[in-house]
Amino acid sequence: MADFEPKIQAIICNWCSYAGADLAGGARIQYPADIRAVRVMCTGRVDMLFILKAFMDGADGVLVSGCHFGDCHYLEGNYKAAKRMFMIKSLMRNIGLEDRRFRMTFVSASEGAKWATVMEDVISTIKDLGPSPIKEFKV
Amino acid sequence: MAENNQPRIGVFLCHCGTNIAGSLSINDIIEYAKTLPYVVHSDEYQYMCSTPGQGKIVEAIAEHNLTGIVVAACTPSLHEPTFRVATKEGGLNPFRFEMANIREQNSWVHMHGMWDEATSKAKDQVRMAVAKAALLEDLIPKSVPVEPAAMVVGAGVGGIQAALDLASAGIKTYLVERTPTVGGRMSQLDKTFPTLDCSQCILTPKMVDVGRHPNIELLTYHEVESVEGYIGNFEVTLKKKARGVLSPEEGRAIGVDGCNGCGDCAEVCPVIKPNPFEMGMAPRKAIYIYHAQVMPLIFTIDFDSCVKCNLCVDICGTKKAIDLEMKDEFPVYKIGTVILATGFELIPIEEKKEWGYKRYENVIHGLEFERLICASGPTGGHLIRPSDGATPKRVGFVLCAGSRDNAPGIGKPYCSRFCCMYSLKHAHQIMEKIEGVEPYIFYMDIRSFGKMYEEFYYRIQNEGAKFIRGRVANILEDPKTKNLHVFTEDTLLGRPVDIELDLVVLASAVKPNDGADVVRKKFGVSASQDGWMLEAHPKLNPCGTTTAGVFLAGVCQGPKDIPDTVAQAEGAASAASIPIHCGEVELEPYFAICLEDLCAGCGMCTNLCPYSALALTIKNDRMVMEVTEAKCKGCGTCGGFCPGGAIKMQHFTSQQIVAQIDAYLLGGE
Repeated sequence: MADFEPKIQAIICNWCSYAGADLAGGARIQYPADIRAVRVMCTGRVDMLFILKAFMDGADGVLVSGCHFGDCHYLEGNYKAAKRMFMIKSLMRNIGLEDRRFRMTFVSASEGAKWATVMEDVISTIKDLGPSPIKEFKV
Repeated sequence: MAENNQPRIGVFLCHCGTNIAGSLSINDIIEYAKTLPYVVHSDEYQYMCSTPGQGKIVEAIAEHNLTGIVVAACTPSLHEPTFRVATKEGGLNPFRFEMANIREQNSWVHMHGMWDEATSKAKDQVRMAVAKAALLEDLIPKSVPVEPAAMVVGAGVGGIQAALDLASAGIKTYLVERTPTVGGRMSQLDKTFPTLDCSQCILTPKMVDVGRHPNIELLTYHEVESVEGYIGNFEVTLKKKARGVLSPEEGRAIGVDGCNGCGDCAEVCPVIKPNPFEMGMAPRKAIYIYHAQVMPLIFTIDFDSCVKCNLCVDICGTKKAIDLEMKDEFPVYKIGTVILATGFELIPIEEKKEWGYKRYENVIHGLEFERLICASGPTGGHLIRPSDGATPKRVGFVLCAGSRDNAPGIGKPYCSRFCCMYSLKHAHQIMEKIEGVEPYIFYMDIRSFGKMYEEFYYRIQNEGAKFIRGRVANILEDPKTKNLHVFTEDTLLGRPVDIELDLVVLASAVKPNDGADVVRKKFGVSASQDGWMLEAHPKLNPCGTTTAGVFLAGVCQGPKDIPDTVAQAEGAASAASIPIHCGEVELEPYFAICLEDLCAGCGMCTNLCPYSALALTIKNDRMVMEVTEAKCKGCGTCGGFCPGGAIKMQHFTSQQIVAQIDAYLLGGE
């Protein structure tokens, strides 16, 4: 799968992970370019349908990234998001879509280096898994 | 609005010099943008944030009758406000602007040999931004009045200065301190570097000032219990810890005298405990004050050690200041802005076992030295060896004790910033007080960066202090003499040394104060990687935080000396006074709206909201959810869950988010 260029959708919170990604930029920490991020104010905003929509649109992987537990700008949005993410994973397992294609991470506004590591890790995981099987259903 | 309601989007690309243009193809992207749906105009410029750059946006809005603006440039946290103003100037609602972050999240992280990947990613980012821009709506920010009062949490020198500035600017200020007195760490110090001013002498006037300033309400022995609200309208519940003693004001309210600080109670109190102000080296009673200059001069009962013998109540007599049955109270304060100044403490340096703190009596740390050399300290200013009370003749100062230390364990990677200077000061103090004393300073680098600091370093060198460049590997005690052998490598001579000393002072690294994390989270402030509170921007907003209306002063934001702390406190006070003087603040209109036609009134959302902004109500004979806009902070947790899609999160609507996802995954070349 070496030449496979995955499409990975990230949905990240404004206060922690988006700021962490900005910090990685400021520090010029390099990482691969296969992820596109949508900014929301809080991971609590992430409707499970957004994730399913991304997979139905042909995403090879989806990443939701927010604040560390206890550090949420809105107190507990990330806890509520995390609960839903377990449901997504369970759903994926049940329909035969590898649940490793979906991940939730916690990257704070001061963790630029960690953001780059997450990027590398998510991209290599998806590259190992190969293209999403959902693509085959497309007309 | 344009004819037949079709969106008309203008796309603007910023080169940012070579910051962006050096890593991806501006031309390709601009040509690509022209092909995107609804894009009727595209342009590029060296620096979009410059006046001519912004002018392009203003002109294009009128010329092309635009309904939405996309700028592909840096991060929105930097220039979204700038471009919103330009959008507004052009006659559009400022929320019809969307930013594509092609610098921090593209050109800067895909720099080397990734030209094509970066260009392709930027095209996607622009396409996603255009998709959202086509769905943006006019939003009106809500103005809310600002409570004309401020709070300062922590009454060290930073908190004191911030409170004095706010109060002198005419603002009612609550100064909250968890210990029984204001003063903080600075009141424990003997002298300040490099001027050798007496620390207490320059601090106590300020302590007295906060005590009598008509605009300052001093809330000592209080802690932050909970925080609700938002900029302009915080509601802070404090825990007023049971002090057991009535202040004169509290006394007057119930017709008694209250505490006048006479100290008769402490005379008779039979319980003896170590005094934390003296780093445990002097005793205090169960009813106590830290030291003679406390502000306010009111005694406090340590109920954990009080045996309720009533001796103090009896001796207090008709003043009736003591109430052994006092309970904690939880008063609520309404404030507009808040400054956190929670300070620091030393790391538990005993965990660095190689230096033997707490194992060897004659190894002490910097704060203990301050108390031992201080004329008002436990020894009246006579430096002694704890093991035998003798005057030490050979004293070692171990710098970077836990600072600049990447080894696993208790060490900190950062420089604690004031230990070099206070250790130089300590060396000077012993040479001043003890004839024939030999100070040895074990250092890695001497960081004397402040005004007149380098000059002070030369002075101490000339006075005869011995400098040995090398990190101390190990300290061992001679069990008979209790003398200490300090082992290190003198890296200038390139050979190991073993020096026998009478006393060793560890210039211990500092860390955020115990409890600072709790306060930080209550006010929604993030932490830096090293645990200090995170400023809004390290260069351009060092006093602010990402929570509007919450500001930082002093070491809680990162190690700094007294002048830097005071300067930041004055900056924070100035910043915190702005919303109060303006009288109202604009809140971003990102609040939730209930689409009542879709709402089934299930009420799931009401439990999800951490701010109690949502409630069920009956409208047209139907149960529906209702949003209290002033309480909603716009996180969208309700909108992310609503099974009926009945909650619209303004500026982050489901349609807008899905449009971006679709634009990325379905819309490519």
